[in-house]
Amino acid sequence: MSASERTLLDVRDLRVSYGGRRGARAAVDGVSLSVAPEETLGLVGESGSGKTTVARCVAGLLRPGAGTVTFEGRPLGRAGRRPPELQRAVQMVFQDPRSSLNPRMTVASIIAEVWRTHPVTAPEGDRTEALHRLLADMGLDPEVAARRAGDLSGGQCQRVSIARALAVRPRLLVCDEAVSALDVSVQAQILRLLVDLRGRHRLAMLFISHDLGVVHQIADRVAVMHRGLIVEEGRTGEVLTAPRHAYTRALLDAALDLDDPVPEDGTADGRAVV
Amino acid sequence: MTPAGAGTARENGAGKTAPATDGPILRIDDLVVELPGPHGTRTRVVDGVSFDVPRATTVGLIGESGSGKTMTAHAVLGLPPEGATLSGRLLWHGEDLLAADPARRRAVRGREIAMIFQDPLAALNPTQRIARQIGEVPRRDRLPRAEVNRRVVELLDRVGVPEPERRMRAYPHELSGGLRQRAMIAMALAGSPALLLADEPTTALDVTVQSRILRLLADIQAADGLAMLLVSHDLRVVSHVGERVVVMYAGRVCERGPARDVLRRPAHPYTAALVRSVPAVRTRTALADPLPGAPATPANRPAGCAFHPRCPMARARCRAEVPEVREVAPGRWSACHFAEEVPGS
Repeated sequence: MSASERTLLDVRDLRVSYGGRRGARAAVDGVSLSVAPEETLGLVGESGSGKTTVARCVAGLLRPGAGTVTFEGRPLGRAGRRPPELQRAVQMVFQDPRSSLNPRMTVASIIAEVWRTHPVTAPEGDRTEALHRLLADMGLDPEVAARRAGDLSGGQCQRVSIARALAVRPRLLVCDEAVSALDVSVQAQILRLLVDLRGRHRLAMLFISHDLGVVHQIADRVAVMHRGLIVEEGRTGEVLTAPRHAYTRALLDAALDLDDPVPEDGTADGRAVV
Repeated sequence: MTPAGAGTARENGAGKTAPATDGPILRIDDLVVELPGPHGTRTRVVDGVSFDVPRATTVGLIGESGSGKTMTAHAVLGLPPEGATLSGRLLWHGEDLLAADPARRRAVRGREIAMIFQDPLAALNPTQRIARQIGEVPRRDRLPRAEVNRRVVELLDRVGVPEPERRMRAYPHELSGGLRQRAMIAMALAGSPALLLADEPTTALDVTVQSRILRLLADIQAADGLAMLLVSHDLRVVSHVGERVVVMYAGRVCERGPARDVLRRPAHPYTAALVRSVPAVRTRTALADPLPGAPATPANRPAGCAFHPRCPMARARCRAEVPEVREVAPGRWSACHFAEEVPGS
């Protein structure tokens, strides 16, 4: 098997600068990464590290200054200029579902719109029934179809965003802080949903998050970004348990865990002091 | 224009109030906050909340959206939203602030009780240099200008702002997020408070900055013997700085007690679910079985125990009867009818 057969998404030497010619600042300064079919790559880093900029280039929302982004060897340009099958293949889920869905549109019309844009993915026969099936897959009741996005809870909105992405049968889901804005108890639901869907639809994921705990739970590999560069990359378990780069160590040192669990006899003392 | 030395008598209450009792520094007793809802209705966003903040102790107040945690903190600070009605008692050294006259409440607020917010940009005035804002309380004490400046530099230095003489002249937008957070903490400390209310103080910060700010708060708390009420949705933050925790859901207290005990052996199924949903950073943890549904809102609070529609242990009594917050073990309080049956409790 050649490398290109095993690679779904390939990003080579990506560079993006913001600002004018004089004050230009490199947000992404030569990033290369790849995602294999059905693989989840976690992209972690602090704000300003460039991880969201990488995601926006992959989604075609931003044109890189240099470098290439390819999907199965085919170049991925700006979102609007992609051939329809590539548009469908790469879908994005954002942090704030409330601002990525039109609050005045009903859920049914949001989904109908993507089926209109990509007719080959539109169900044959009864669309209402197909819509209800899609919603059920997301853990949403059929009644939700008639509701406006603005009337839904944060968790329901995020399920609708995921439904909209999956309605066109993507192969790669780019999740940019997709659970970060949700309540703790709802965050667990959406993570579970993403992992279930990933398995059922054989999805690859580029999962961007600042939460190392969440990335540890769901990513196969992880890339750590710092100041526009990937400073470390590898199997999730190895990077997060035996980091090699000083920055990864600093991130891990700063990340809080819940207090260490108490031994069985319940007598332990020595609460961690920050 | 004011001659030096004039007008200082008014500020006798500027220092910390002498302890009136040996009790907690703050006792929240059956606090109810109601907001105007649609069609002339009233919504109880805080419904009979009681807990103590002991002297020199950090209490973590945990909850999701709609839990009433922020509303509780704002009530303590005397900043309820427009149109809110409050009842119950807020006992500050035994004195009920809700019954106190406005002048007395103003004297307490911002001095004896100070607050730091999640977003320093929203809390700081963008048009004023930070020296002016931090110096507000010292200036109100009619200290001479040189003395006010000396105090500002001292406060900035205290909270770890490098080159305080230079930084004090900065506007908020000229500082990084971490420095702005420190400037806001300096402002809160300017009145030498006995209680610091911190509302999600590190939520908007990067993890490396977060850990430094938490350490700073813990250091100040220990050095000054401050009491702190830390409002957060993040159990990890609370588990590291809180000695006691209070868990709220839909405007009510579910559980309270020593932080370590509550987070290790929850006595309420909601706390247990929250704890299970926190992934470990350094080891791979399995995905938690999530709770069904969304957090209940005060406007739409289920009958009986507000948590029952999401609770794996719910039975008939839970749907009918609002549970009292009762002592289930020494120092451990739970509002679950079946607290003794919570797995791992």
